[in-house]
Amino acid sequence: MAAAAAPSGMFDCRDAYVRTVEELAANDSRIVAVVNDSVGSSKLGKFRERFPDRLINVGIAEQNMVGVGAGLANGGKIPFVSGAGCFLTARAMEQIKADCAYSQQNVKLCGISSGVAYGELGATHHSIEDVAWLRAIDKLTVIVPADPWETAEAIKAAAAYDGPVYIKISRMPVPALERPAGAAFTIGKGEVLREGGDIAIVTNGTLVHRAIAAAEALAAEGIAARVINMATVSPLDTGLIAAAAQTGAIVTAEEGLAQGGLGGAIAEYCAQHSPVRMRMLGFPGFLPTGSASWLMERFGLTADGIAAVARELLEAKKAA
Amino acid sequence: MNRVGLESRDSAARTLETRAAHVRERANWMRRRLLRMIVDAGQGHPGGDLSSADVIASLYFDILRIDGSSPAAPDRDRFVMSKGHCTGALYTALAGAGFFAEEELDTYLKPESRLNGHPNRTYLPGVETNTGPLGHGLPVAVGIAVAGQIDKADYRVFALTGDGELQEGSMWEAAMFAGHRGLGNLTVIVDRNRLQQGAGTEDTNSLEPLADKWRAFGWEVVGVDGHDHAALLETFDRAAQPRNKPLVIIADTHKGQGVSFMRDQAGWHHGVPNAEQYAQAIAELEAEMN
Repeated sequence: MAAAAAPSGMFDCRDAYVRTVEELAANDSRIVAVVNDSVGSSKLGKFRERFPDRLINVGIAEQNMVGVGAGLANGGKIPFVSGAGCFLTARAMEQIKADCAYSQQNVKLCGISSGVAYGELGATHHSIEDVAWLRAIDKLTVIVPADPWETAEAIKAAAAYDGPVYIKISRMPVPALERPAGAAFTIGKGEVLREGGDIAIVTNGTLVHRAIAAAEALAAEGIAARVINMATVSPLDTGLIAAAAQTGAIVTAEEGLAQGGLGGAIAEYCAQHSPVRMRMLGFPGFLPTGSASWLMERFGLTADGIAAVARELLEAKKAA
Repeated sequence: MNRVGLESRDSAARTLETRAAHVRERANWMRRRLLRMIVDAGQGHPGGDLSSADVIASLYFDILRIDGSSPAAPDRDRFVMSKGHCTGALYTALAGAGFFAEEELDTYLKPESRLNGHPNRTYLPGVETNTGPLGHGLPVAVGIAVAGQIDKADYRVFALTGDGELQEGSMWEAAMFAGHRGLGNLTVIVDRNRLQQGAGTEDTNSLEPLADKWRAFGWEVVGVDGHDHAALLETFDRAAQPRNKPLVIIADTHKGQGVSFMRDQAGWHHGVPNAEQYAQAIAELEAEMN
């Protein structure tokens, strides 16, 4: 699929991904890339030019791709196994479970063009189930970065961490988020991007900037919404969730299934430890034909959609 | 580095006959020990354990360059147990090669034991990757061999697969890629006992012509009697010669080999001998060494 250039001020996180992997590879000969014929869609062409013997293309064979990644880790490499998120996770699920997570091999799984980036290509090519599936696997870190900076930091953190990691890399253009000076990315730690005590919006990936816009709109109405970027879904930053629950209302939003993913993880925690009113924004399941941006609009994964759900939830909180 | 392997390599002068006798004794010990484990645990996979015992003994007690006291040495040879259910054979070999104390075999399948029903590298030293679901070991072995190829390392990679396991598509994804990469550091042994869990491979989903399939995927192919220790050692010795293709050794084996009433019987895939059967099996195995 031809990639449209990101609009001005917007970024395709794959660029930060490949730039960071190349930087790491230049300083560490253990870094290798493993792909399923996806050199182009993973944007790894330049990596291949710079490190020809460290780009391992197994062809269209995802089970073998992940198994080979685990073997490379056994041989002392740090493999970045990259493929379209839909195929990487669904086709190679048992290899992710057994060869990477259960075996605790040092494999970095990079789901490219994830979520609904492939839009019109349909549900076979959407990876909206990935976070729900993978967070059910023990000892597998799951990260959903929100912008180029966080993508780059997550890649560096994954390379430095000894263990299996899944990183869901967006293709849908996103802006660079504003962060305080000295901001640092830590696996397993969420990030409060905006303070507020009336309601908490917990989100990640391509929904973060939309959640901030929603919070700005709510602020104009006198509603103080906290925005939490929960990039790491597993392990979950439960301290931040418990604090968010103190607001009495949590909205979750993700470019993934409404059930089982980030929202599901937070609901599991809150139901048992910090009961709180919640609404979970995401996709309901197999989606109709439409572009990525149309699908996001259609299912309310927009600033307006998040703000509307937040207002409803606050009404329910007041009425209680 | 290796107590077991180097001993054999340093003593190339040792005759094949001497080496084969040593492997034969070890394989016989493995068979007796693993049957005891299965009887004690009340479960296991004796059929495949017994069919693969001679191949595994040849590797662990002669061929592999390994050191039980240094299981993570970067330049160790790798053995990947793709048919992960045959833990009786694998665990006895690992204990015999010094990766853990032999007494620990008594914990087989017991609560909290490191000796799980399928091998787990986070529990047990010497296990390279967690297998159990079929079709996983070969892709991982191929990845290790690619790492060795990139590093121009001199370690070798061995993987033992079941024959029924070759019905898994992932095995052929891996075979195709190994052929494409010309992985001369990779040797696969097919435990060709012709039986899968419930029936013969050829009656279930036929594998033949098996050698032609591997050749078509770019592999060198040799056949060997998988219970002839001298023939196995000779084949592995030849496999150590430099080559630019992966090698598959199709080991002609018998499920339940060494115990008359288990031999070639699909029912012993995961059968457990009763006391009388166990006594007979041990008597037969002891007689074999007399």
